[in-house]
Amino acid sequence: MDRRHFLSALSTPLFSACDFKNGAPDIKGEFAADVYGPAMALGHRLRTQDFPAPTETRKLDIAIIGGGVAGLSAAWHLVKRGVKQFKLFELEDTLGGNARAGKSAVTPYPWGAHYLPLPPQEAVHVRQLLSDLGVLKSGIGSAAPLYDETALVHAPQDRLYRGGLWQEGILPKNMLAPGEADQYQRFEELIERYKQTRDLFGAKPFALPSLLSSGDLRTTALDATDMRRWLVGQGFDSPALHWYVDYGCRDDFGSLSRDTSAWAGMHYFASRSGQAQNADAHSVLTWPEGNGFLTRRTGEWLQERVPGACTRNALCTKLVTGKGFAEFDIYHAAENRSVRYQAKRVLWAAPSFVLARVWHNPPAAFRPAVAGIETVPWLVANLHLREPPRDTGPAPLAWDNVIYNSNALGYVVATHQTMRRQAGATVLTYYWPHSGEAPAVARKRLMETPWAEWIKAILADLRRPHPDLAKSLERVELWRWGHAMPQPSPGFLTAPARTALAGLKGSLIFAHSDLSGMSLFEEANHAGVRAAAMAVRG
Amino acid sequence: MRHALLFSVFVVASCGLAYELIAAALSSYVLGDSITQFSTVIGTYLFAMGVGSWLSRYIERGLAIRFVQIEILVGVIGGFSALILFLVFAHLAGPFRLVLYGLVFATGMLVGLEIPLIMRILRHELAFKDVVSQVLTFDYLGALAVSLAFPLLLAPHLGLMRTSMMFGVFNVLVALWAIKLFGRAVEVPAANGAPPEQRVSAALPPRAAAFLRAQAIIALLLLTAGFFSADKLTALAEESIYADQIIYAESTPYQRIVVTRWRDDIRLHLNGNLQFSSQDEYRYHDALVHPALATLPGAKRVLILGGGDGMAAREVLRYPQIESITLVDLDPRMTTLFNTAPMLTALNANALASPKVKVVNQDALVWLENNPDMFDLILIDFPDPSNFALGKLYSTAFYRMLEKHLAATGLAVIQSTSPYYARKSFWCIVATIEDTGLTTAPYHAYVPSFGEWGYIIAGRGRFSPPAAFPVAPRSFDAQSVKGMFDFSPDMARLPVEINRLNNQVLVRYFEEEWKRVIR
Repeated sequence: MDRRHFLSALSTPLFSACDFKNGAPDIKGEFAADVYGPAMALGHRLRTQDFPAPTETRKLDIAIIGGGVAGLSAAWHLVKRGVKQFKLFELEDTLGGNARAGKSAVTPYPWGAHYLPLPPQEAVHVRQLLSDLGVLKSGIGSAAPLYDETALVHAPQDRLYRGGLWQEGILPKNMLAPGEADQYQRFEELIERYKQTRDLFGAKPFALPSLLSSGDLRTTALDATDMRRWLVGQGFDSPALHWYVDYGCRDDFGSLSRDTSAWAGMHYFASRSGQAQNADAHSVLTWPEGNGFLTRRTGEWLQERVPGACTRNALCTKLVTGKGFAEFDIYHAAENRSVRYQAKRVLWAAPSFVLARVWHNPPAAFRPAVAGIETVPWLVANLHLREPPRDTGPAPLAWDNVIYNSNALGYVVATHQTMRRQAGATVLTYYWPHSGEAPAVARKRLMETPWAEWIKAILADLRRPHPDLAKSLERVELWRWGHAMPQPSPGFLTAPARTALAGLKGSLIFAHSDLSGMSLFEEANHAGVRAAAMAVRG
Repeated sequence: MRHALLFSVFVVASCGLAYELIAAALSSYVLGDSITQFSTVIGTYLFAMGVGSWLSRYIERGLAIRFVQIEILVGVIGGFSALILFLVFAHLAGPFRLVLYGLVFATGMLVGLEIPLIMRILRHELAFKDVVSQVLTFDYLGALAVSLAFPLLLAPHLGLMRTSMMFGVFNVLVALWAIKLFGRAVEVPAANGAPPEQRVSAALPPRAAAFLRAQAIIALLLLTAGFFSADKLTALAEESIYADQIIYAESTPYQRIVVTRWRDDIRLHLNGNLQFSSQDEYRYHDALVHPALATLPGAKRVLILGGGDGMAAREVLRYPQIESITLVDLDPRMTTLFNTAPMLTALNANALASPKVKVVNQDALVWLENNPDMFDLILIDFPDPSNFALGKLYSTAFYRMLEKHLAATGLAVIQSTSPYYARKSFWCIVATIEDTGLTTAPYHAYVPSFGEWGYIIAGRGRFSPPAAFPVAPRSFDAQSVKGMFDFSPDMARLPVEINRLNNQVLVRYFEEEWKRVIR
């Protein structure tokens, strides 16, 4: 490897034979490091509001604020309905939001959301979008459609590092105490029962998108307690099962099972009822760059049909709603100027805490309701390696590699979905939701702790299964998501925020996944499509 | 001092014999014909010892210094002899014998010098009859010890490379010990009127001792490093894996290439798996190429995926209508080796040097993705689906990609592991190809090194075996080829799953079936 080339290519700090103190294991190796995060400086300027005054006023039919999955889905749905008079404004320099992706000479890789469970039949818009993007090949309305085989996760799908060895699958299989396997069985049956159940109206207790779920009190009652307590109440005390469920909660919501509503916790397991004609039911859809593939392709799909509809580096700084119109200011960061827009409809597809900052005349209940939404911070690291990580096996490197009893979720391998005979350089994406403490405290720590400390902690975690990892490490990139996703705490289903956001009608329509309290692709897609439909209906 | 020197005779003798045995064993490993190798090596060695003994008369003064110098020299030359011989054989095909006999002669001569020198040194302490009897006794005892230890312990457990390094270390340790002994030795008055210069012969001046010690320590470090060097350890590991002698071994970024030879049977191993034996590879490549190509009189463009050994290309080149062969093999070292090493180009009839052959060193999948070319015949000679990365090369996704490169009437031939040992795996590949809409014609051939081996011809229409062969295969003809498309009941088709990227059932079938065989 050409050291000089990569030294000069980066103007960032370089770890050289790092010798960390503070009790952490020494990490030897030479690699470059970069730290990123959402356009925080720009976003935080909302607090001080030091933006140039608008120099002109433009008129629009429909404006979409936010270019993540919700905003893109809203735009996609508008175009599907023949509406092309709209503009989408995105704060970041690329579309995608939480599904953002990066790219190196070796492979594209995710910065956030990285897979989609097989969409169940009720996820009609997700299936339609996948079909428009060429991922769903045929059988869009059937129980088990045919999907692009390169997008279905290649085998081996996942593995777990526990007790010094890698096993296939994430559910711990070895070293179980008597009775633990029986509890797995019982838990499986419970999930299966929920998957099969339908209420009087034919709704599933746990649908995907969640807003289509049954309102049946017998299942919504789960929201009154937390997932951990609920499991214990059901007679589940297997530590391995508790770890597994906790992992599921952290994977989908970034929160520990004890901080997660039991309804949301069960949703993770029981909502994944989708099937595929050409894969088994546990399969997922994924791409080297994760869901960044879907947002990029959606952006391209839009660009082909409505060129120039999406504007990046565009921050909404002020919003005033009136009767039949809304007026808002957009700060175009690249040009350092502001433009005032008047639109008949504004679809708000950015997080609700941002809306609370810019909306000058919200209804009285809005601000306190939104203040109740806690967002969990996440740390995502991309580790660029010269060769795939070596380990003890026996299960070989999989797409998703999870470490038992780690604070983090493990890593996915970006090159897993590529068809290459020889595994060479690769990128591992390491996910670490900062759960287990008050989100505001965790966020402060995430932002204020020096990034070198985070790299140290990540490498210390990965050192357990991969003692030699630092040797093949070429570069580490960190992404600090301060407000990664709302936390579905017990009571979230009936929280005032949901009603406050869903109830927004008139010139401002709320289109973000905050609406459902769960930051999932299907939720964002549904919220965006719902808002677009409302805007078209008028 | 007397006992010390006698012990050193024991060591020196054992080292000498060890080098002789190592050279003989190594040359019979790599050249075959062990009777010739052993007798010529022993003959050369004994003759060289005689030359050394004769030359010892020209050493008149400084016996101790010379003895130590010779010890160090023998240690270095003998210690590295196995390494040198392996390297020469692996990289320079020509002067192996020259180097072999040169080394044997050099060590023999130096060892031949040692014994007379020790005798002359001991002369001051013992009567002549005792010198002769004791020195020769220990000399032969040392030889006995090594001649027993070498086949029973050293060669099997340490391997040739480490054994030679170890004896080199012994030689140098003797040298160091001698420096210490002679450094302390005081001038001994000659008891029996010896010439004056011999009175001081067994003592070392301090400066000379220091200089020799430095040399010995350097030699010791080199030999010890050689002994523990990891690279040699892998080579040693191979010596125990491969029954035959290794004539080429290299770790490329992609695989471990090992070529072995036993008599005139040359074998290629990739990552420890046998790829061909020169004795019967014609049966494998006949079956891979001729049944399909004989039915394609209009075939002009051929694609070979894998097959960096050039054997399949050799068979294809026998058809005059072929205009171009594109051979895509991941590993440039592999194609270079089979395009340059005379012993190997003789096997593939210099196929890779043909102007019709274009070698592309790229991942076959990347190449298929990025290249629009169409082919009349595609030969797929990938390694067996023994891991998930290789399993992708036998998936529906791969065959769909392959189909895009197949001309309208073109055929693809896929080597598909053994329908006898890995029956499910074989039929899984058939079912997987059929799932992509291509029709298949599965067949098999007997290759003694592999057993019953399977192939699949895939195309868009029904395939019938050729009625005649314009180019005659050695292992079948128009009559017997028909039988290759019949499967006996123990190899017959059975229901299997289709190998998709997201299930990789083939890798699991393969592992399950071959595990049973290897057990």
